[in-house]
Amino acid sequence: MRVLVGVKRVIDYAVKVRVKADKTGVVKDNVKHSMNPFDEIALEEAVRLKEKKIAKEVVAVSCGPTASQETLRTALAMGADKAIHVEVDAATAEKMEPIHVAKILAKLIEKEKFDLVILGKQAIDDDANQTGQMLAGFLDWPQAMFASKIEPDGSTHLKVTREIDGGLDTIKVKLPAVISADLRLNEPRYATLPNIMKAKKKPLEKKTPADFGVEIKPQTETVEVSDPPVRQAGIMVDDVQSLVSKLREKGAIP
Amino acid sequence: MMIGRLTQRASCALRIEARRCKSTAPLTSTQLPNLKRGDYSSLTDADVQHFERLLGAGGVLRDETDIAPYNTDWMSWYRGRSRCVLLPRTVEEVSAVMKHCFDRRLAVVPQSGNTGLVGASVPVFDEIVVSMRRLNKRFDFDPIPGILQCDAGLVLEELDTRLGEFGYMMPLDLGAKGSCLIGGNVATGAGGVRLLRYGSLHAHVLALEVVLPDKDGTVLECGPALRKDNTGFHESHLFIGSEGQLGLITQVAMTAVPKPNSVQVAMLGCDSFLDCCKVLGDAKRLLGEILSSFEMMDSETMRCLKENHGRHNVLSTPAAFNLLIETSGSSQEHDQAKLNKFLESCLEKGLAVDGVLATSVEQANTFWALRENATLALMDDGYVFKHDISLPLKHYYRLTEAVRERVGSLAKRVITYGHVGDGNTHLNVTASEFSQELYDRLYPFVYEWTTQHGGSISAEHGVGLLKKRYMPLGKSPAHLAQYGRLKRFYDPRLILNPYKMLTM
Repeated sequence: MRVLVGVKRVIDYAVKVRVKADKTGVVKDNVKHSMNPFDEIALEEAVRLKEKKIAKEVVAVSCGPTASQETLRTALAMGADKAIHVEVDAATAEKMEPIHVAKILAKLIEKEKFDLVILGKQAIDDDANQTGQMLAGFLDWPQAMFASKIEPDGSTHLKVTREIDGGLDTIKVKLPAVISADLRLNEPRYATLPNIMKAKKKPLEKKTPADFGVEIKPQTETVEVSDPPVRQAGIMVDDVQSLVSKLREKGAIP
Repeated sequence: MMIGRLTQRASCALRIEARRCKSTAPLTSTQLPNLKRGDYSSLTDADVQHFERLLGAGGVLRDETDIAPYNTDWMSWYRGRSRCVLLPRTVEEVSAVMKHCFDRRLAVVPQSGNTGLVGASVPVFDEIVVSMRRLNKRFDFDPIPGILQCDAGLVLEELDTRLGEFGYMMPLDLGAKGSCLIGGNVATGAGGVRLLRYGSLHAHVLALEVVLPDKDGTVLECGPALRKDNTGFHESHLFIGSEGQLGLITQVAMTAVPKPNSVQVAMLGCDSFLDCCKVLGDAKRLLGEILSSFEMMDSETMRCLKENHGRHNVLSTPAAFNLLIETSGSSQEHDQAKLNKFLESCLEKGLAVDGVLATSVEQANTFWALRENATLALMDDGYVFKHDISLPLKHYYRLTEAVRERVGSLAKRVITYGHVGDGNTHLNVTASEFSQELYDRLYPFVYEWTTQHGGSISAEHGVGLLKKRYMPLGKSPAHLAQYGRLKRFYDPRLILNPYKMLTM
């Protein structure tokens, strides 16, 4: 089984995101970026499938600017065999939408034979949660989103437990299929040094959207990006008397 | 705990369960019965009224419950019986308070964040606590030279956050950052995990404003807030590490450092301490200016973290020594290239048996959490004999080995972690409860061994009460006499933080 894993380079989860002064977006310069956490989980699952000898090869793919290469190197260090970088310039990367990524991946999958696609359920920058679903639509493949457990069911199917609002939903999907990874699917491994060294020798192919016949034409336009309303500051009082009188002032007590 | 044993070896009258609850810490004066209250006046109502006139009613605490946290240290090892805590808001108020205390011969304990680990921040008897926490208004930062001038009562973490808005940060970082105040950091001569890269407070403090415990409550301006000034004696440096013995620090002028854009964290596993030293040497050479932390945790530390806290090592191959290496720089590309080259070199030379590189901030935080939680994880064993020792690198781990051999099965654990990059080791010996036999095996052995091998018995935490007895080790009588003269010069009536650090 050949597994394709999509990974995206996003602003690191732990970084405090700041809105640009002109409100056109968020500050990205000199801000720490890392692999989307859900994509790490997707990749980990694919590598585990390979270790269990269920999968034969894991290929990581990323659609993004030049810096996305770093994310792919991390993917290789975590155990992917090969990486594909669909490169776009920085300006185009800002306008890229899930539908474009889904189209690119669909064309890629048609060219090379993959049996399973695992994506992170959503990216933490846009929280779109669309690429996996659209991809399955374009390919006309079964989909199992928000997976928290994946088990083989014979050699032709997978049993996937999904996290849904009401609890857990277990379904059987026929391969080839598209799966999206949810938080509790696994705990991703660290990139160990020996693997980081090995990753340097693994192949990283460069492509462009044009190679897949896809034009990045956005369907949406970002009008404004702004901070949520600021929380009003509290005031410190020196003693209980002041506290009581302030509360009385605000009508909180008679 | 240890302190009781410093002055009386025979008696075992003390309950020494893990004392984390502040109300159960026994009074210091009970633990140290040989320590006599000095010839100071006692607080009167007239004194209290005077303070209330100076500071306002909100600036004087008299209620026992309000005072309790000021009377006990963070570790709950010591408890004083002060009946009055003063909270001045300005240097003028501090000066007026000290003038009065000098006149009346009232003993004073200057208190900053009260996070110290040697009992220097809390009263022994009924000394008045002068807390600096309300001196927290001034914050002036000039971003081009990177010079900060601020009140001594600002919290270290808050300073860091505010500097962050300018793209700067404090040059020191320690576990207590959420509670410690910058004035106390200076008075302790705090070190921390960034010292390797940015240097000690001596490298950053430009000027201090200090109130002296003399007849005028003199406000001393030690130096202009300039990078370079050679027009006098650099007196401010004397107050760094002075432990509240010479004056009360009310304002600090110091340099801040640019906040790095790129922070990388890696953990390496080494089989021998010699390999650790080689890795350190290579790190300094290959990482150069971007190396910002180099910490070590031995396998016993990792075992303790796992057993007591359920925290697993991030390395899958167990190693005798675990090194946490951090780089900080302005360019991610440049730093990653250097780090990768360095890590490759460690593997190729066989200096490291395994290693991991953090690929996200969360992973980096997980690596650091291991180091930062080591201290807490130990407490769960029951009883901890803590040490903060500086040694020449070649002897760094030999002390641990010597102690391990010497205590044998009397101890539950003998673990070592610390700022190996600076030669600072935190050797910790745990047991399920205090035992006199274990105590006697450890002391004065540990301190004598350290001094004989050219080390310091307190690298960063200070002397306070805890190490007062052993402070003279390795110092000449002439040197000690000099300290006494300096003390009397600044504090002629010996009212400032008595009973600690120096034997007067």
